[in-house]
Amino acid sequence: MAKGKVVFDENQCKGCGLCVTACPFKLIEMDEKRINSKGYHPAHVTDLEKCTGCANCAIICPDVVITVYRIDK
Amino acid sequence: MNIVFEKTKGLTDKTFHYCPGCTHGIIHRITMEAIEELGLLGKAVGIAPVGCAVFAYEYFNCDSYEAAHGRAPAVATGIKRVHPDCLVFTYQGDGDLAAIGTGEIVQAAHRGEKITAIFVNNAIYGMTGGQMAPTTLIGQKATTAPYGRDENHAGKPIMMSEMIATIPGAAYIERVAVNTPANIRKAKKAIKKAFEIQREGKGFTMVEVLSTCPTNWGMTPEDALKWLEENMMPYYKLGIYKSSEGSVING
Ligand SMILES: Cc1ncc(C[n+]2csc(CCOP(=O)(O)OP(=O)(O)O)c2C)c(N)n1
Ligand code: SF4
Ligand code: SF4
Ligand code: SF4
Repeated sequence: MAKGKVVFDENQCKGCGLCVTACPFKLIEMDEKRINSKGYHPAHVTDLEKCTGCANCAIICPDVVITVYRIDK
Repeated sequence: MNIVFEKTKGLTDKTFHYCPGCTHGIIHRITMEAIEELGLLGKAVGIAPVGCAVFAYEYFNCDSYEAAHGRAPAVATGIKRVHPDCLVFTYQGDGDLAAIGTGEIVQAAHRGEKITAIFVNNAIYGMTGGQMAPTTLIGQKATTAPYGRDENHAGKPIMMSEMIATIPGAAYIERVAVNTPANIRKAKKAIKKAFEIQREGKGFTMVEVLSTCPTNWGMTPEDALKWLEENMMPYYKLGIYKSSEGSVING
């Protein structure tokens, strides 16, 4: 299976949580320990190893925070 | 390592002013992705509405214009007639297109103007604080309908795609939703198709996009997407209402 990588432009995140609901592998959560420059808890990936690069999170993000890469094996 | 998703060149670097989780941002992005993929960024002119998307011209990385409330189709008509080689589109909310601007959109479609309307239906007036719109559902609460929309008082919600599809000048009319990644992909395809039909000079085109307003609906962004699916989609059925290949209504 293709392996993916996601990069969050963290300070653009508004903490809406839609990417959390869209990830088929539940790899994203809101980082309750940190606050970004907008004052929100930003989204982050918990286990990048499991990311397939499906881009569902990026497609649903209303603020275009996420860039997705794929490493084809 | 291949990039499979990055921000389109069709959007400027400006941060959207929309509320967290508001799907206006998704609709801006897919509209501009479609234009970028068609290679038409240098030829596109967008008309921003009055409503929450009033600053859309700050985000569209193409020539843009701001119209008075509901008047975007008239402005688009002028621009398209002077620059027939340009891809001209309006971006309008339901208060803009289906209330104060109903006459403008109907007449533009009747004239068969070769423009595309991106019609964002979120069943409420967002910008002004959540008043009832012609698209507000029966029973849906709004500041001007505190007990919910009453059919005896306000009638049934207006179905713009169904109505515009009856007009001979309309060449392509489709209703889509942006509630899931799969539906967002379909919505982008519909917008691209409408732009292509405009380029072919076939007539007026419109894509109605079911959208959320978590703030005025009083819900989390996630619940708003669910509410859209459970309440809006059964009434506002997705599908193609007009095309040269006929209509396909889903649901
Ligand atoms: C001539 C005129 N009448 C009324 C208004 C007030 N007004 C501003 S936005 C709006 C409706 C916005 O709703 P919609 O078009 O659905 O867009 P949304 O904000 O939900 O995206 C109204 C009535 C105005 N600006 N100008
Ligand atoms: S690209 Fe797909 S698998 Fe990876 S984090 Fe995003 S939604 Fe999850
Ligand atoms: S969808 Fe985008 S803005 Fe919303 S939490 Fe995820 S990264 Fe942040
Ligand atoms: S008020 Fe509603 S439509 Fe306007 S930006 Fe906020 S959530 Fe979006």
